[in-house]
Amino acid sequence: MDGWSALADPTRRTILELVALRPRAVQELADELPVTRPAVSQHLKLLKSAGLVVDRAEGTRRIYRANPAGMAALRAQLDRFWSQTLANFKQLAEEEEEQT
Amino acid sequence: MTSNTTAASVRIEIIVDVPIERAFKVFTERFDRIKPREHNMLGVDIAESIFEPRGGGRVYDRGVDGSECQWGRVLAYEPPTRILFTWDISPRWQIETDPTRSSEVEIRFVAEAERRTRVELEHRHLDRHGDGWQGLAEGVRGDQGWRLYLQRFAAATC
Repeated sequence: MDGWSALADPTRRTILELVALRPRAVQELADELPVTRPAVSQHLKLLKSAGLVVDRAEGTRRIYRANPAGMAALRAQLDRFWSQTLANFKQLAEEEEEQT
Repeated sequence: MTSNTTAASVRIEIIVDVPIERAFKVFTERFDRIKPREHNMLGVDIAESIFEPRGGGRVYDRGVDGSECQWGRVLAYEPPTRILFTWDISPRWQIETDPTRSSEVEIRFVAEAERRTRVELEHRHLDRHGDGWQGLAEGVRGDQGWRLYLQRFAAATC
């Protein structure tokens, strides 16, 4: 799942906001949200696979925080932006070349 | 088209079947036609996007009401092989006024044959924008911020 699909869900956005403010354990998140602990774990798994959060073990708990690299979404956007620009450029340049 | 994206940069290259001078000219003079319109930081529709063809030139959008939004500064203009400009847009698609938090875009044109040019684009130093999640955490508060952000993203991917 990419970052943007991961963030389409309001609960996941809230979870990301909470761990962006400070690192938290699964149970802490479950305590603050109207969802069960297994549901929080599932959301965290998706956020992690999208590169939006990272986790570390602390004793028996896992602590989650927002990914400090934090550039995955920006890169994906820019990659699309420039790919589109270059595709438009190629089309226009070659069209005009044919007409000359 | 191949894209090769690393930690702090985006790299894309494309081959166009036109001579190098032509490729350079189309890219710089017809920038208005090739830049996607979806990312609009003006309050009104974009009438035109302008790339001023000289070192020190501006890269900006002009709205249908005449308002302007400058989002880049031309650092190098070297026809027909290279242009370099700053990207003064934050990860939240807002104008970045602090020049130390700008990234830069370099476009190199390489002649592969008389009528064949390789265009290499590199958008680098993305790390200079700082921690994108700081902005994200702010944007997350309030559905308005998110809705706009996701709408912009959806528009950019269509």
